[in-house]
Amino acid sequence: MSGDMSYNAVMSRKNEIIKAAAGLDFEKFESGGIAFDYEGIMESTGYGLDEVRAVQSEVSVGGTPVIELRNLTALARKCAPSGKGARIFIKDEAANPSGSFKDRRAAMAVYQAKKAGYPGVIAATSGNYGAAVASQAAIRGIKCIVVQETYDSRMTGQPEIIEKARKCEAYGAEVLQTTVGPELFYLSLRLLEETGYFSASLYSPFGIIGVETLGYELAEQMLRRTGRHPDVVVCTNAGGGNLTGTARGLRKAGCYASVVAASVNLAGLHMASDTAFNKKSFTTGHTGFGIPFATNPDRSDVPRSGARPLRYLDRYVIVSQGDVFCMTELLANLEGLERGPAGNTSLAAAFSLAQEMDAGQIIVAQETEYTGAGKHVQPQMSFARRNGVEIRFGDPKDEVPGKNIILPENPALLKARDIETDSLRVSFIRHAVENFGAMPGDEDIKFLAAETSLSAERAEEIAGDVLASRDGG
Amino acid sequence: MADKIKKGTFVRVRRVILEAGQRDGRIPDETRIVPFVMWGKGFLQRDADLGEEVTVLTRTGRFESGVLEEACPQYELDYGKFVPELLRVGDDARAMLLKDGLS
Repeated sequence: MSGDMSYNAVMSRKNEIIKAAAGLDFEKFESGGIAFDYEGIMESTGYGLDEVRAVQSEVSVGGTPVIELRNLTALARKCAPSGKGARIFIKDEAANPSGSFKDRRAAMAVYQAKKAGYPGVIAATSGNYGAAVASQAAIRGIKCIVVQETYDSRMTGQPEIIEKARKCEAYGAEVLQTTVGPELFYLSLRLLEETGYFSASLYSPFGIIGVETLGYELAEQMLRRTGRHPDVVVCTNAGGGNLTGTARGLRKAGCYASVVAASVNLAGLHMASDTAFNKKSFTTGHTGFGIPFATNPDRSDVPRSGARPLRYLDRYVIVSQGDVFCMTELLANLEGLERGPAGNTSLAAAFSLAQEMDAGQIIVAQETEYTGAGKHVQPQMSFARRNGVEIRFGDPKDEVPGKNIILPENPALLKARDIETDSLRVSFIRHAVENFGAMPGDEDIKFLAAETSLSAERAEEIAGDVLASRDGG
Repeated sequence: MADKIKKGTFVRVRRVILEAGQRDGRIPDETRIVPFVMWGKGFLQRDADLGEEVTVLTRTGRFESGVLEEACPQYELDYGKFVPELLRVGDDARAMLLKDGLS
């Protein structure tokens, strides 16, 4: 064991620690330039869709119901122009063992960890993924440590994160909680080195292939149920894995529905700020993760992220915290389903997008999540109010994250707002070219085009502009 | 003077992982001026008072050290003080639908 545990020493051992803990050799997929072989990495996991389904079915993951939300559809039609208002469905992912779609990711990571002989798994997450890994580790009989950012420096914790810690501990996991800061990564590296456990990273290709079954099942179920594939599928977007896996699964099922990313707007709140930490009411599914991970995915705890949302999304919308809290309440009151709140981000967006679509069309929000004390619309709004955030009715487009939560004065004001995806694609290429520091070659341009779903000509033009502005400035 | 917490009790400990001066240079000022702190739980390895430096055996069989902070640590979770605005959200929507009956 290496002796020096100082911040700089551990961070300088980052690559070797990750290599030992990731269970995949990423280097052989690198080109030396910007490009790497994404499909090669995904295939190197060794699991095709059928194997993933078999592994998940062994641990009761997947096969979640699709529910038509008839009353919400009726409400959307009341807010929409005549003839508009698509049928709204959700995939009830809360029916998975630990209560969210994250079981699909965790099932593959933990299965692989056990198969490869690791004595345990470590996941660094404040989200549902921790509970999912803990649950899967319990089923497979290996050890589990979850590291979560939970408290500000006054030891005030986000109620929903405290609940997730409780849930992990209920499954027998060890939970380490920290104050705010990216040094959580340093702590995880120390633990990986100390224990020799598998890194069940959220961004590992093993996790992403696990989500493909969600898209695949959804396409199959909708075809059976309605006689055709849906027109639009909305995915809550944070790190990008949910959208990436779902879209890949839809395509494998031959479904070419338009894929829409939806995030809660937390503009203006810095994710590493000790003082902003408890001013937000969403700890995941928000723009603070969604935008940086879309435009620069290889910023995580694996050398190459399996989550690459810009390859797959057709549109990216934001909703406000007030919109999602409102939708959570509507889902309970009109459909008798108490779920979320964060998992209702995609549903809030779907409610708005349905109003742009014809009444004969179909839109699916592809997840729900469990709810309970702490992780529920009441305690999260009550916590916000206690932290000086104003709660009122009005137009949610006026909401200022950290200052207020604006519930829609009427349901017609619950509106998804578009983020310019072209600027995200440009930003992706800018990050890649700036890191590379020179004009990309042909292979790299082809890769950048695939990563951003742009033409090679457009990708090359943007890369040229980035370099010209760098050299000019 | 309260009795010591007995060896073997399940407790929470607090440990400073990085002092304010040792933190990542790229974080906001308000975060950099406070230490990076970790809390863990496990079985206390000797009788001790709150505030003492102790070692615990965690659920994965590791030893962690830190300042003893709480015995049988509570999950401080509830549904909070009721937020009455939420009642109006459901009521208004139901009224809108009931105008022509629920579907």
